[in-house]
This record gives sequence, structure tokens and C-alpha cells, in this order.
Amino acid sequence: MDSANNSDGDVPPGGGRPPGGAPPGGPPVRAVITLVVNGTEHRIGVDTRASLLDVLREDLGLTGSKKGCDHGQCGACTILLDGRRANGCLALAVAHDGARITTVEGLADGDRLSPLQEAFIEYDAFQCGYCTPGQLCSATAVLDEAAAGWPSAVTPDITAATPMLDAAEIRERMSGNLCRCGAYVNIVAALRDTAERAERQSAADAARATSAASDARSEAIGHAQGVGRR
Amino acid sequence: MRALERVEGRDKVTGRARYAYEYPVEGAVYASAVQATVGRGTIAAVDAEAALAIPGVLAVVSCENAPRLRQAADAELAVFQSREVSYRGQLVAAVVAETLDTARDAARFVRIEYAPAAEGPDVRLHPGHPGIYKPDKVNPTFPADSVKGDPEEALPASAVQVEATYTTPAEHNNAMEPHATLAVWEEDGGLTLYDSNQGSSTVRDTLAEIFGLEPERVRVVSPHVGGGFGSKGTPRPNVVLAAMAAGVVGRPVKFAFTRQQMFSATGYRPPSIQRVRLGADGTGRLTTVVHEALSQTSMIREFVEQTATPTRMMYQAPNRRTAHRVTRLNVPTPSWMRAPGETPGMYALESAMDELAYAAGIDPVELRIRNEPETDPESGLPFSSRNLVACLREGAERFGWGDRDPRPAVRREGRKLYGTGVASSTYPAYRSPNQAYVRADADGRFTVRIAAADIGTGARTTLTLIAAETLKVEPERVAVELGDSSLPRASLAGGSSGTAGWGSAVVRACEALLPKLDAGLPAEATADTTDEVKAQEKYARHAYGAQFAEVEVDVDTGEVRVPRMLGVFAAGRIINPTTARSQFIGGMTMGLGMALMEQTVMDEEFGDYLNHDLAQYHVPACADVRDIEAFWVDERDAHLNPMGSKGIGEIGIVGAAAAVANAVHHATGLRVRDLPITPAKILTGM
Ligand code: FES
Ligand code: FES
Repeated sequence: MDSANNSDGDVPPGGGRPPGGAPPGGPPVRAVITLVVNGTEHRIGVDTRASLLDVLREDLGLTGSKKGCDHGQCGACTILLDGRRANGCLALAVAHDGARITTVEGLADGDRLSPLQEAFIEYDAFQCGYCTPGQLCSATAVLDEAAAGWPSAVTPDITAATPMLDAAEIRERMSGNLCRCGAYVNIVAALRDTAERAERQSAADAARATSAASDARSEAIGHAQGVGRR
Repeated sequence: MRALERVEGRDKVTGRARYAYEYPVEGAVYASAVQATVGRGTIAAVDAEAALAIPGVLAVVSCENAPRLRQAADAELAVFQSREVSYRGQLVAAVVAETLDTARDAARFVRIEYAPAAEGPDVRLHPGHPGIYKPDKVNPTFPADSVKGDPEEALPASAVQVEATYTTPAEHNNAMEPHATLAVWEEDGGLTLYDSNQGSSTVRDTLAEIFGLEPERVRVVSPHVGGGFGSKGTPRPNVVLAAMAAGVVGRPVKFAFTRQQMFSATGYRPPSIQRVRLGADGTGRLTTVVHEALSQTSMIREFVEQTATPTRMMYQAPNRRTAHRVTRLNVPTPSWMRAPGETPGMYALESAMDELAYAAGIDPVELRIRNEPETDPESGLPFSSRNLVACLREGAERFGWGDRDPRPAVRREGRKLYGTGVASSTYPAYRSPNQAYVRADADGRFTVRIAAADIGTGARTTLTLIAAETLKVEPERVAVELGDSSLPRASLAGGSSGTAGWGSAVVRACEALLPKLDAGLPAEATADTTDEVKAQEKYARHAYGAQFAEVEVDVDTGEVRVPRMLGVFAAGRIINPTTARSQFIGGMTMGLGMALMEQTVMDEEFGDYLNHDLAQYHVPACADVRDIEAFWVDERDAHLNPMGSKGIGEIGIVGAAAAVANAVHHATGLRVRDLPITPAKILTGM
């Protein structure tokens, strides 16, 4: 006779609780934590086994963040956790008491979509839409990371103050977010356009603050960068 | 027609679009599934005591206590109805608990005693398997074999001959949204299912049958579906399990397969072993085409992929034969995955055509053009339209095929070898009967209702355009409601037939509404295209395409990269260029995955798909995909449907893997006839 049980990928062969675990039969252990999600503070009792993703989706009713694998392998659950992108399915909620979280529901400013959200629609950067919340949170972070000067594995000059978000950079930085519909070509186009607009905007802002001569130059740069746009 | 952004785009980028698991239903509890850990045997006993002792656990359901279901045509849906285990990973029990964590945890404590079969699981597909047989039909209803002329006589007499065996692995659809259901038994005895599927009418009918209900008592709600690629085309065990569990505990139940469970419970493309033999005269005209395919199915349900069927009409040749064989193994039940049949079959045929081009010394584009048939070579039917040659020519032009040096393995820069390849693509143009409803309101707005599915195809947007065109109004004035079985009955999002079938019904309903508009608003009209579809003339209806790929191969690591893919398709009238382009490119992207990385590996000792998660089953990531472009030729075809459209959801994947494989040969001189083309195969071959 062979005995066994559930095989959802993380259960030791032969089944049963992993060695060293508490014996079965006890009630779930709960803890009260505070989460600030999209600017709203929630004081909430959570199961200490629960991921941030499940707390958002099941307890707070914020189902925008998606579960594609629950194992940190697909990026559908990507959220901004204290300003940085993270897989909600890999974050234990109880370990993030006091965290500030932004989910896809918090990317727009009221009815005004973020430039990335607008670009995703304009470039048709999704089909089924299931990976999209994660892609958008990830892409939002990519813009911030590049602006903060973080290099990636493909950055040619890692000492550059702000790496250019060209297609190769975007593909590298967005590879933690799988899209089975195969919308990558359009995701890259949407992100690139948003990054270019932001660069043009900051160039224009900088120019306005200085002389008329440098103003003219930044417009020329802006024009050159705009050529690739659809 | 005007290019229209996805009408549900705003909902999808703000997180407002709700998928099956996400409906806020009061009092919902959670189910978690337990899978068999033996590959062959019977369940001797189920000990649920430890699981039931955990606070918050409401029930354990298994073969020992499951409510009896009516017989289902698909044995995969006979959830917990038998003690027999026919493959590892089969569903054997479910735990229902107050919370998700408790349900998952308690599933570990369900102890199942198995009486394993005397012999271990039989899981290896090979040409010498004693169980190989000829099926009565292949998916969905094609004859298993076909023959014309005398291929065995003609082949040895041909001036140029190619014979090769190509193998493709098991591949899993892996839609990003796991199969999920939220089941609610209503107070009046009705059943509401928020479910992730490719056709709510089909799920409703199947579930009504299994639970012995009138179809009107079942409602399936699925406005947004996170991809399917065929795996949600037939109801899967999740919907039965959720409905059963909800009945047992008397509460609404939420259930989703884990990503790992999806590899055994939700279907996959079966592995194939294909032998292709081509004979041609000195000018490259085919005399003989023989395509034989072997695949596997499970012990409980026969599914035979129609792998050799595209070969029945692709090229002219007086002598031809196709055959399908299958064997039953202790494996999960295979099912539809994007272009079942065409995808593996055209990989083999189009690879063989490339080998023939080399053997005959003819350009691969030209070889295909020379073998263009005038009518369907097997049925003799006229083609409703066929523009393969136009696709090949336009693709060659756009891709820059003209100055290609055919010699393999001569383009090297540093560690990289470069090459280009081409392959044809095709997919049938189907249409199914449908019903639709349309209403005009006094405020100038129109509402279209049909139980169609938008699984990411853009159906909602395309149907909006179709209705607007028929009604001669701006699309902004049209709202399409779909994804709900309470709407007029619709066919599946499958076989690339959605737009053709649903669109026809929408056009007819709108046409019926137009004359009523003057008589006062609101006004409404309905349509049923059953008779229209039944009465359609006999034609061979197919879409075609040409796929081009460029590869770079690292001679030290064996890694293949694809800097460029370009497809040109002839698929009738393209209704929405925006979503059509995305569909083509999405299919080509999946084809790139098929060529280079996708394979599910069977554990031959224990009978399990080993690499059952997204870390080990590789689908293309953003960095794998560089430039992919899709174009289409203008094609007018009056023999299709009122829109003049052919389906486009699947053709993008067909031929893509062959184009990449042919490019790898051009780059390296190496023919890898076993997908995927991994670095190991390149390094050991070179
Ligand atoms: S759900 Fe978190 S990475 Fe897949
Ligand atoms: S849009 Fe469907 S998975 Fe990305």
C-alpha cells in the first residue's frame, strides 16, 4: 500500500506536514497588522500563513492583483511594496506590518489614467488582461528605477546617471512578467513611448528653467526621440 | 474598417475587470484539490479524519462520499466517481474550508491508501508501443486516414526524395489565469457559476447534464477570461469540483487549480512522432506526399490530435497518404492547444519541404509556389479563396528574402552564426450556428447580446465594430454584452471560429433591427443562423500565411536567438487591425516558444509531468521576443460569412516553429528534427 496526498508542487513526497512543522489540528494563528494600500490604511487580522497577494485579493477585495502561479514565477501579482516592485505571492503578509502598497487599482489618479495605463491601451499591450496589472506595476517601477540610475544586466555603461530605456533595456527589465498572450512587442512599445515622453517632459522642464538657447536644443532632442513613435 | 482600441481596455488597465475567482460572493468558502500520487491503481481507502479535525475544515469530498453525477461524455468530468486511478495527478479528493490557507493546508492531511497496479504506469510513447491503434476519427471529426493515387509506388520512382521523422514534445497551454470557478447554489435550486472558460453556453449545457438540471437552471458568468488557448474550450474538472463542493457544504465555493495542478488537470498538446516522405520531379513538383502521425491519449478519454490533416490540402501531388495512430497510456488527458493538428503537423511538413528545397536545389519560397494546387487536392472542392502565394511573395519582399544565399553555415560573425528560414501557415475557416439579440434605445444607443467569449481575442471589440458597421452608426454607440450563458446561445471561442460564427448572428440581428427603427424606439430584433450555416455551399475554406524568421546561433553555448520574425497572412477581411495584429503576433510568439523552449517532460518511472511550473516549463519571456511583425494581404472572399472574415486566433502559431527550425539549419547546417531546439541539441549536433 502506498499512501500519499496532495501534490500541489510544494509538498514533500509521501505527504504529511513537512518535518518540523506544528502538529495538525490547531487553529490558524492570526495577527493584526496595518497595511496602507493605495493610500488607505487598513487594520486587519491576517492568517500568519497568508501572502500579501491573498490578503489583498481575499480579505481586502482588491482583486486587481492577479495570481498566475503563487510561486514567484510569473509576475502577475507584482505590486509596489514600499515603493519597489515585489511579487505579492512571495511576501508573507504578517512580515509587512506597516507597509505602503500600491496595486494596479492605485495607479490612476482618480479617473485620470497614468501615462503607462494610457499607453497600454493605445498600443494594445494586452489581450486577456490577466498579466496586465503585474505588467503595469512592474513597468511603473522600471521607469522609477531607470530614473534613479539603476543599471540592468544589459546596461552598456553602468556608471551612466540614468540608463536610456531602449528596447533592449525594457525587455530585460520586464522579463519577470510573463504574458502568455504574447503581448510583449506592444508592451515594449508602450513602455518605450511612455519613457520617451517622460524624458521629453523632463528635458522641457529643465530647459524652461534655463536659457532660450538650451531650450532650443532640448526641443531638437525631443524631436529626434519622437521619430520612432507611431 | 476602423481600428478600434479594446472596448474593455480601461477595465483591464485599472484592475476593474473581474475574472472568475474574483466575484465578491457573500459567505464563499474555499476548495483545494488532492491529486493521485500513483500512476496506476485503485483507491483502497480515504482517511479524512486528520483533515476534518482542523478547525475551519468543512468537508472532505472523495470517491467515498461524493454525490453521484450523471454520466458525462468527457470522463475527465466524472470527478470522484471512481476508485480507479489511471494517471498520476488525477483528482482524488477535495477539501473545503473557511479560508484558502486552511483548505490548502488540510489537503495535506487527507490520507489516501492506494492499491497500486501490479505493473507500474505505462507512460512512454514510442513507435513500438503494443497498444498503438487506428482511431475511428481524429479531432474533431476527421477520418484517421486518407489516400489518393499510389504513394508507395510513386515515391521510389521520384527524382528527388525526402524522408524524415520529426518529433514534438508535450506542451502545455498555460493560460495566465488558472482554471477557476466560483459556484453558488441558489435558494431556488439553480446553479450560478462564475467560471473561466471559452464558451459559457457549452459549460452551462454540460453542467446541467452532469447535475441533472434543466439548462435554464444553470447560469455561467464569464465576462473576462485570462486566456485559454484551447484549454478552456471544454469544461474542465474545476467547474464540476466547485459545483459539487458547494452542494456538499451548502455554501458558495471558490476553486482554482494551482499552476502545478494545471499540468495534469487541464489538458495539453500531446507529444507527436511524425514521419514525412516527399517525392518530387526534377523541377520540384511534388509527386508524392506521405504524412503519418503517432500520438498518445489517456486511459479514460480518447483525444487524437489531427496532426496530418493540413497535409491533405496544403500542396498538389497526385499520390498522397495521411495516417493517424494513437496509443492509450497512463497519462493525463490531452486536449486542444492553439491550432491542434496544424501546429505540430505543419512543423513537420514545412520542415520536410525545406529539406526538399535543399535536396532539389530550389529556393524554398519558389518550391512552395510551384506546388500550389488549383483545387483542394483530396476533396476536389474549390477553394473559397487561397492566397498562400501572395503571402509568400509579399513576405519575401518585406523580409528581404531575395538576396538570400541558400548555403547553410556560411554566415558567421564572431561566435554567432546567422540564418533565415521560411514556412507556410494555414488554418481552416470554420463557422458555427449562433443566436444574437440587438436593441435600439431612444437615447441613440444600441445593445448587442450574445453568449460569446472574449478570452483576450478582442471579441467584444470586434463584435462592436461588426454591429456598428451593419447599423451604420459609430462604434461608440454600440455596447456588446457577452460572456454569460443567459445571453443568446453562442458557440465556443475555439477553432478560430468565434468572429465568423458570432459575427454572422450579430449582423443578421442588426439587419433585422434596421427596418424596425422607424416604427419607434426602443426596438429589438433577434437572429439564429442555424439554417444559414447549414445551407452554406461546399468550399474548401482556409486561411493561409507565410512565416519568415531570422536566427542567430551562438556556436559556443548553442543558444538560439530570434532577432526577427515576420508573418504575412491571408485571412479574409481583417475586421479590427489593432486586435488582429496582436493576435497574429501573439500566435507567432507562442510559436517561438514551441521552437526553442516549450516541452513538458514525462517522468517515466512515476508517470508525472515533471517540470510542472512556470520556472521549469519555459514560455517566452519579454527578452526572448525581439522584432515580430505581422501583415496581411487584402483578401475578398464572398463564400465565408457576411463579414468576409476568416479566423485569426490560431494561424499565427502555425508554421512559426518550422520557420525558426529552417533558419537554424540555414545558420548552422544542422537539422534538429526534435523540438524544442535546445542548446544541448545544437552543441551535440554541431
Ligand atoms: S502569482 Fe506571484 S509570481 Fe506568479
Ligand atoms: S495579456 Fe494575456 S497573459 Fe498577458
